[in-house]
Amino acid sequence: MSCQFLLLLLLSVGVSAVEVQRPRGVPLSKRQFYEEGKPFTCLDGSRTIPFDRVNDDYCDCQDGSDEPGTAACPNGSFHCTNAGFRPTFIPSSRINDGICDCCDTTDEYNSGATCQNTCRELGRKERESLQKMAEIAKEGFLLKQQLIHEANRGLEDKKAKLGDVQGSKKDLEAKVEALRTVKEAAEQPEREAKERHLKAWEDQKALIQKEKESARMAEVFLELDDDADGFVSVPELLSHSELDPDADGSFTEAEAQGLLGGVDKVDTAAFESIWSNVKEKYMSEVRHYTSFFFLINSKFHVKFILFNFGFGICFRNLEKEISFDFGPSSEFAYLYSQCYELTTSEYIYRLCPFNRVTQKPKFGGSETNLGSWGKWAGPEDSIYSVMKYEHGTGCWQGPSRSTTVKLTCGKETVVTSTSEPSRCEYLMEFTCPAICQEPPNLEISSHEHQEL
Amino acid sequence: MATFTARMAPLLVLGLALCLSGTWAVDKGNFKTCEQSAFCKRQRALKPGESPYRALLETMELTNTRLTLQLINDNNKVRLLLELYRLQGNITRVKINELKPLKPRYEVPDVLIREPTTEPLSVLSQDENGVVLSLGVESQRVIISARPFRLDIMEGSDVLMSLNSRGLLAFEHLRMRKDTFSYKVTSTVASVWDNIKRVFSSQADPEAEKKEEADPANQAETTKEEEEKVEDGMWEETFKSHTDSKPNGPSAVSLDFSLPGVEHVYGIPEHADTLRLKTTDNGDPYRLYNLDVFQYELYNPMALYGSVPVMVAHSAQRTTGIFWLNAAETWVDISSNTAGKTVFGKMLDYVQGSSETPQTDVRWISESGIIDIFIMLGPTPKDVFSQYASLTGTQSFPPLASLGYHQCRWNYNDQEDVKSVDAGFDEHDIPYDFIWLDIEHTDGKRYFTWDPHKFATPKEMLQGLMDKKRKMVAIVDPHIKVDGNYKIHNEIRSRGFYVKNKDGGDYEGWCWPGSASYPDFTRADMRAWWASMFAYDQYEGTMENLYTWNDMNEPSVFNGPEVTMHKDATHGAWEHRDIHNLYGLYVQMATAEGLIQRSGGVERPFVLTRAFFAGSQRLGAVWTGDNAAEWGHLKISIPMCLSMGLVGISFCGADIGGFFKSPSTELLVRWYQAGAYQPFYRAHAHVDTPRREPWLFGPENTALIREAVRQRYTLLPYWYQLFYRAHVTGEPVMRPLWVEYPQDLATFALEDEYLIGRDLLVHPVVEEGARGVTAYLPGKDEVWFDVHTFQKHNGAQNLYIPVTMSSIPVFQRGGSIIPRKLRVRRSSTCMEHDPYTLYVALNLQRTADGELYIDDGHTFNYEKKEFIYRKLTFANKVLSSVNLAPDAKFTTDSWIERIIVLGASKPSKVTLKTADGQEKQLEFDFDASMSVLTVRKPGMNAGADWTMTFQ
Repeated sequence: MSCQFLLLLLLSVGVSAVEVQRPRGVPLSKRQFYEEGKPFTCLDGSRTIPFDRVNDDYCDCQDGSDEPGTAACPNGSFHCTNAGFRPTFIPSSRINDGICDCCDTTDEYNSGATCQNTCRELGRKERESLQKMAEIAKEGFLLKQQLIHEANRGLEDKKAKLGDVQGSKKDLEAKVEALRTVKEAAEQPEREAKERHLKAWEDQKALIQKEKESARMAEVFLELDDDADGFVSVPELLSHSELDPDADGSFTEAEAQGLLGGVDKVDTAAFESIWSNVKEKYMSEVRHYTSFFFLINSKFHVKFILFNFGFGICFRNLEKEISFDFGPSSEFAYLYSQCYELTTSEYIYRLCPFNRVTQKPKFGGSETNLGSWGKWAGPEDSIYSVMKYEHGTGCWQGPSRSTTVKLTCGKETVVTSTSEPSRCEYLMEFTCPAICQEPPNLEISSHEHQEL
Repeated sequence: MATFTARMAPLLVLGLALCLSGTWAVDKGNFKTCEQSAFCKRQRALKPGESPYRALLETMELTNTRLTLQLINDNNKVRLLLELYRLQGNITRVKINELKPLKPRYEVPDVLIREPTTEPLSVLSQDENGVVLSLGVESQRVIISARPFRLDIMEGSDVLMSLNSRGLLAFEHLRMRKDTFSYKVTSTVASVWDNIKRVFSSQADPEAEKKEEADPANQAETTKEEEEKVEDGMWEETFKSHTDSKPNGPSAVSLDFSLPGVEHVYGIPEHADTLRLKTTDNGDPYRLYNLDVFQYELYNPMALYGSVPVMVAHSAQRTTGIFWLNAAETWVDISSNTAGKTVFGKMLDYVQGSSETPQTDVRWISESGIIDIFIMLGPTPKDVFSQYASLTGTQSFPPLASLGYHQCRWNYNDQEDVKSVDAGFDEHDIPYDFIWLDIEHTDGKRYFTWDPHKFATPKEMLQGLMDKKRKMVAIVDPHIKVDGNYKIHNEIRSRGFYVKNKDGGDYEGWCWPGSASYPDFTRADMRAWWASMFAYDQYEGTMENLYTWNDMNEPSVFNGPEVTMHKDATHGAWEHRDIHNLYGLYVQMATAEGLIQRSGGVERPFVLTRAFFAGSQRLGAVWTGDNAAEWGHLKISIPMCLSMGLVGISFCGADIGGFFKSPSTELLVRWYQAGAYQPFYRAHAHVDTPRREPWLFGPENTALIREAVRQRYTLLPYWYQLFYRAHVTGEPVMRPLWVEYPQDLATFALEDEYLIGRDLLVHPVVEEGARGVTAYLPGKDEVWFDVHTFQKHNGAQNLYIPVTMSSIPVFQRGGSIIPRKLRVRRSSTCMEHDPYTLYVALNLQRTADGELYIDDGHTFNYEKKEFIYRKLTFANKVLSSVNLAPDAKFTTDSWIERIIVLGASKPSKVTLKTADGQEKQLEFDFDASMSVLTVRKPGMNAGADWTMTFQ
């Protein structure tokens, strides 16, 4: 209240009253250097000139300090008081250029431009928006605390679960070891058989090959099943453009469906039947968690592999989730396995945090991968303000697509805009509470904006 | 913007993609060599020797202004008609056409600004071997020799130029096709028709009829002609998958020119080649055929986007020019008797006295039309410029703002993008005047429309720019989407304005919109309609600060032969073959007219074009098309623009940064620095390249680019007055050194430095990592001042100048006065009322002069004498401003804020005397170490008379 009162007082006194106290364009902080009637020394100390050469529309000082209120110096700057709003400096080249730059109109005193004093309006708007932002920040920050709490609980659960799974993994590994012993024992006669009977060995080799193939198939299934629902679906397949049957640069839904044998999704069993459609072209996304299957290459273990297959899905997801950097207090954890959409005039954009960004034409057509989760990429002081998604579908004669996601504080978690500033480099604005900072005291900040 | 393949991905063609993906270079296989162009191959097979042509002196007729004479080809007895005119300003015009062509042959309209004024010719002497005519000037004569026919232009005892001296005149007469049934029928009909015609024409033209009757050989000749052999490619020609049906058969014309004493020829743009043209004996001739060449290569004679069939020949004694007025595909061969010789070889010749006179021989070959040549006899470079300007006009006088900086990209995505780029310039305090929108701004490549989502409120966007005194250019290409829901298409189609294919239907080809048709811009009614489309109520969403860019106007046809239109497409009575190189000029003509009309004839237009022809200088600006972000392309931008300037097109520039590929930061900065000193200053980038607005390369590079752009803006008064002069005189703005130092042999092949006007010498840095450059400073009596340091250097020396990244070497000539505006603002319009600083650079005689031109910067009111034009002179320690145009009137708020005298001595006092007789003493600073005198705030109005005395 008190500052609004002061503001009114200031306006009633009028701007001109302020101006007489110092040469045009000089900020209060430098007022003491410009003493009426006394020789003026350029602020860089380079020379001293009579006071009537200050603001006489000729540049005498190298640093431009003798012409704070005219456009005479190429490197000068002009101070607008902007009572009611924020004071600011503008380059002196904007003085009397016919364009209103200062909201208090003081930069256009001799150009014929008709400027309206908009400072009060701007100030009001700014205060309102600051207020609003502060409210958002406040609420967002509360939400964030909640998110942190939930995340920590969830994380503990998952760690426990992983511990369990890891336990059973150990058991399984022991089993594998045991089976290997059995296998090796079994292999002894195989070797002998090989020596004795070459054809028999060839059969054996084919069988081993088949086992390896099954292992790889299982692995590929896991990789393809992005949402870990136990099914590989058309959209999941579409992100692998290398699978495009006719390699024409556009991998359509119909083509993907064709690969899946005409259905929208397949489980592990059905995947086996379509494996031959996929195996030649498939390019792996990740190279971990493969060795687990390599040992298994004997006819004895078909059952075991299938069991292992289901187990792997669970294990891999948990491990993956725990390994992400969800922020200093895991406040971004809630975004994991969620997706957020924005529909523009042409496309539906989909952001699945820590997974990938996609774009799909609104009126039919295949989905394009705009990048898979890469890293946090904000500036050093706010590394969590920017997400980077990389290695999306390649552009024709260009790089592979990538997306930068800028996070701003908001109560809701929502994609607010997308653009493509450069070809195949996307920019997405994303609000969420997890990025909200504890709001500073608004009262103090509005005081700083008043200069008297 | 805009070559085809990069953007074709969605609509074409895996095969193409494959052949392009590997290497980065032009696919030469897409474009014809002379060998693959049937008429070029045919004509080039003809070797120098005795010409079969004979002048029939008895047919000579001389009126006061015109000489006519028949030529006969002794091999086939076909007769040609030669016309010879002496034109005002020391120009000789020679026209050769068939005496009686089967049907009319194309003569290029709309390029000459008017029917040239003729001057009397007189016969000096005549016998059975030839005729000698006086050209009136300085004992200049034309000698026409009869057997074989040749034409020599002499001055005193010197031969300036000879025509057909090598016997390469060839004129493929129109003929009936013999190998088809239709020929037999039509030939019968034709001969009947001929007889009928003869009966009637005898009344109309009894004279001509009499001559024909008097020539009994006529019938026999016709018979003999029919026995001529038919060669491949005469009646049909196939290139790649395209067949040219050639219904008119062979129609090529060719002529040779010999230039004794000449070792340097220039011009015939557009080629990505050296300024000085090379000899073509060991390769293809230079080709003039407007083509959309994807990723063009440097240093070869391949055709590019535009053609100006004008060659300038220069020696220390004389400058001459040849203007070959023909719009069909044209090839130019150049050979020289000294080309192969080393300097030592030449010296040996000299010592042994065995030297033959150096000579350059040139040969022009065109596919159709007639021979219509203008021989510009100089004798100085500036005489040739004014002679050519008297024929085809001068550079249009551009709006001042268009000489500022232009920010372009394929594409600024939407209004928000435009707004943020605009704000970026303010945030980084870099001036600019125009922001550009490429094809993506349209609604599905339908020109004259806006994308309803990305550019939903164009007027709001334009108003936003106008509020900052800035402007916009939007692209309008000449290919029109074939779409029944598109107004422009429907109107053109219903009016029958499209170019027709050989079967009479609307010609269709592929371009950006997919299937597209091409308006017939050769029709005046079509152009008038097109112009009317720029009216504010027709072209919705436009305002007066929106200007136009014509791209793809070669025309580019993605699936056409050589990426252009089929030659057998028709424009009314004419084939596309006849008019091809003119198409782009017509597009720009109609567009510029549209911009003029929408303002009620008040405002000067600004239209950028990629294709051009002789006369395009009258219509706007030209850029060198789709270059690449390579040092070589920065380097070639100099000779490419110099070559255009020599043939009238001053408003030339190259895409700053390079269109294809992504420039290194160093290259980008160097390009901004070089571009600041080239006439058309626009940054542009391909859609697939990363963003490169000036502030995206770190604060240090932002500062370097800002400084380069600011240097441009301080010099805008000088650029503007040079364009005014170019508009008045036809002199190039950016010119090779030899234009100002025509006797200095060291300048003849220089293309790494050049002059802006007469007074600024620029040597851009075009090498990566350069630590210094060697500049040649011409003139043994000249001094040159480094504009950055004010250091003085003597002329006639090679000077090594160390360089840093901060700037490129620029020198002001001693003896010149250059006005600048040092208060650089957001845009040139914001600087309108700002004061001037005069840079007076003294020569060895301690004198200097210059000019100051001021007008409103954007209207045609200068034509009504609303301008200030002053002569500034420094002599005898007095600097004065005198009115050069006392009958002109204009007032300005601008005043003189400072005078900087370079090479000065220290005065004891400086006194200003104004027109009202008042005198006042002025303060000044003198820097003794650099001999620079700065006069403080004299304050007189820039339009006033005054004198300033330095005592």
